[in-house]
Amino acid sequence: MEKLLYLIGISLFAVSLLSGQERPTAFINAKIIPVVGQPIEQGILLVQNGRITAVGNARTVRLSSDVISVDLNGKVIMPGLVDSHSHIGEGAGGDGSSPIQPDVRLLDSINIRASGIQRAQAGGITTVNVMPGSGHLNSGQTLYLKLRDNANTIDDLLIFDKNGNYAGGIKFANGTNTLRSGSGNFPGTRAKSAALVREQFIKAQDYREKTRRAGNDKSKLPPRDLAMESLVEALDGKRVVHFHTHRHDDIMTVLRLQKEFGFKVVLQHVSEAWKVADEIAKAKAPASVILIDSPGGKLESVDVSYTNGAALERAGALVGFHTDDYITDSRLFLRSAGLAVRAGMSREKALYGMTMANAIMLDLQTRIGSLETGKDADFIVLSGDPLSVYTHVLQTYIEGKKVFDRTDPKDLLIATGGYGASSDREIHIDCFDDDLGGQK
Amino acid sequence: MKKHSTFIIYHLSFFALYLLIVQCSMINVFAQIAVKGETVWTMAGEAIQNGVVLVNNGKVEAVGAASQIKIPNNYRVINAKVVTPGLIDAHSVVGLAGYLNQPHDQMQIESSSPMQPELRAIDSYNTEEKLVEWVRQFGVTTIHTGHGPGALISGQTMIAKTFGKTVEAVTLVPVAMIAATLGDSAIAGGGRSPGTRAKQAAMLRAELLKAFEAVRKTDSQKTNRNNQTNATNRTSGNNQANNNDNSPNMKNLNSSLKNPPTQNNQNTDNQNSSAAQPSTDLRSDVMQRVLRREIPLLVTAHRAQDIMTALRIAKEFNIRIVLDGASEAFLVIDEIKASGFPVIIHPTMYRAGGETESLSMETASKLKAAGITVALQSGFEGYVPKTRVVLFEAGIAAANGLSMRDALATITIDAAKILGLEKRIGSIEQGKDADLAMYDGDPFEYTTHCTGTMINGQIVSEVVR
Repeated sequence: MEKLLYLIGISLFAVSLLSGQERPTAFINAKIIPVVGQPIEQGILLVQNGRITAVGNARTVRLSSDVISVDLNGKVIMPGLVDSHSHIGEGAGGDGSSPIQPDVRLLDSINIRASGIQRAQAGGITTVNVMPGSGHLNSGQTLYLKLRDNANTIDDLLIFDKNGNYAGGIKFANGTNTLRSGSGNFPGTRAKSAALVREQFIKAQDYREKTRRAGNDKSKLPPRDLAMESLVEALDGKRVVHFHTHRHDDIMTVLRLQKEFGFKVVLQHVSEAWKVADEIAKAKAPASVILIDSPGGKLESVDVSYTNGAALERAGALVGFHTDDYITDSRLFLRSAGLAVRAGMSREKALYGMTMANAIMLDLQTRIGSLETGKDADFIVLSGDPLSVYTHVLQTYIEGKKVFDRTDPKDLLIATGGYGASSDREIHIDCFDDDLGGQK
Repeated sequence: MKKHSTFIIYHLSFFALYLLIVQCSMINVFAQIAVKGETVWTMAGEAIQNGVVLVNNGKVEAVGAASQIKIPNNYRVINAKVVTPGLIDAHSVVGLAGYLNQPHDQMQIESSSPMQPELRAIDSYNTEEKLVEWVRQFGVTTIHTGHGPGALISGQTMIAKTFGKTVEAVTLVPVAMIAATLGDSAIAGGGRSPGTRAKQAAMLRAELLKAFEAVRKTDSQKTNRNNQTNATNRTSGNNQANNNDNSPNMKNLNSSLKNPPTQNNQNTDNQNSSAAQPSTDLRSDVMQRVLRREIPLLVTAHRAQDIMTALRIAKEFNIRIVLDGASEAFLVIDEIKASGFPVIIHPTMYRAGGETESLSMETASKLKAAGITVALQSGFEGYVPKTRVVLFEAGIAAANGLSMRDALATITIDAAKILGLEKRIGSIEQGKDADLAMYDGDPFEYTTHCTGTMINGQIVSEVVR
């Protein structure tokens, strides 16, 4: 019997491969929060081939006869959460040899079997900016990942653009973490930190100029320089600069550097954003906020406030959130939005900050961040109000495939913790399990 | 004459102002307040809908349904959606550990030696620490704080209210427990001891054995004195007589400690011994109090084997312990239950990793279901957040198996029981300290605010957090 089912499964799979079309799946009877657009009661989310093909209700969405229907009984659907700053995957960027290492790629460092990746799935996170640390002025290149299931190598999690390049940013930091006076050529003061970074960007401008002048004459090209190549991508806006910055004056320094060199920036952490919210908004710099239970822990975050989200929203800045996992737990990412609302942010902007705002910060807004036709079918099913402490993430879908299901004991173990919850994931290659996007 | 009267009026107005100020401060200290709550969680019986708490002279004067309690005219009335007892953080380090996280405000661990039970928390506690104010603004009125985990015996803990100028003014219990840690975080590196778990146990046992010998010596001296002065008082010294062979084997140890002479007349014995013999050894003195079961050992142990070691040593020396952290408690629930010891479980949102890799958000609920007394804690954090807030930790526990009432109990009445203060704090009952927390909704919801905190009848926080 099992064998028979297996054969049927294989043949179904083969048929779907041959036709190139998966049967559409309709998630019906859900309260849909599309983030872009108004919430829909008794909504329908239609998914096929990993994409959203329709969002609406029974009047606006026509279901074909071959549709697989999944009744969600009034549960909540919202876009998969986007975490604009995380450290899951046990990666490490630059080493202790120098304060600026743009040549180092986190790509060459991630353990995709690390339990942290599963915890993020359990928290409803579908896309994540995995970053190297903040102990350097520049600790290397960051990596944008889709937390797909059954990944065997890092390539299975990458996000590629039309030209086949994988997506990622570059990590900078100022403030106290990078100050290591006496340790090699690390800076001892804030002014030195800024000077070192400016020096490298000016070098990168020269490098870019030489490359441009060489034109098609390869003999005139400067020798390849991995660090310069990466900084030129930042100068060209192809690689977003994710800048760890806490104190109000450090934030202003980032804005000053951004103005000088014109890179695309995301202000990361921004503990004292509430002091310079208007300046941040005026500079049109997106800010990714972290919600920390209590102030302090280090000198640059003694004035961190739950009100940062509200203050930035009022000032008109683009506000996102991040876990900084392991600083906060990916499984409790929605809590950040809850605490921001507690301190005066609007519910709409808080949920936008968990999804669409972060997608914009990663330059992935055309593909993810909201439930809109044509976008990747990355979404989560919640037991209730996204901002309630009692709400659980029930299911997480990435490109139409279920990667987390709270009713699965293995997934539940990850969600709540327990013996073995922190072990690396076992590899199980399973061709058709979950592939139809419907129920198991 | 005119000038004169102006002078008098001038001074009279100052006098009036003075009176006003005095009166205001009097109101502050001896305020008579009626706190009305749409829901009042007394933690003694069911929650009261439309309840009133009358506060007079720092104590709860009355509590009940609004229909049954008449609010006297001169009482200041405060309205709240939800009223709970002031929250109790059953284990913290705030006040010793400060929010700056610089060497000068990190007083929770002294690393010169692995065992320093003589270190008093009261000599380190900073009442003005910003983190104390921070947790107070979320409704925390009492903290059990002191030396942190991370050394085999790091020092003493204390219990304090979260508002007041001096340590003397805020302290409820100056020596609450002795903080011990088993497992990875208390293993010393670089060839120093303890370098292994077995060595930790051996060192802890040796320390307890030393204290046992000191107790026996003190008691036999006292017995001798008693025998000299009062020949009829023989029975109380029987245990010492049985153990005069001085051999510290387990059988004698157990028989002696299971019938400790101090158990029946703990207080008087204590007074006698301290009166007769002034302290000469700080370390021995406090460890003897552990052996006499006056104060428990607070044993931070995360791995199941460390929890079992703690229970084994507690049994061997017949001491009281409180299990702390206990990430893997769910693996040895029966054993913990049989021991009768309570558990101050790790913060629900504590980070999993290393020896805490197996921790679960459901452990508090599993322990509660097994009938184990369990409290939640903010614990110790070395980076950010510098402290957790027990209100939030209880909220996550409530979302993972605990009922609303049981989750509240972990940060109120059950925490009070573990700290031995259930007659004074932890619930809203007549005669108890008027420590209250007020919220504008379900206290556990992310979007609810703490709107006020009262300690000893005084409003100590009115910011909306």
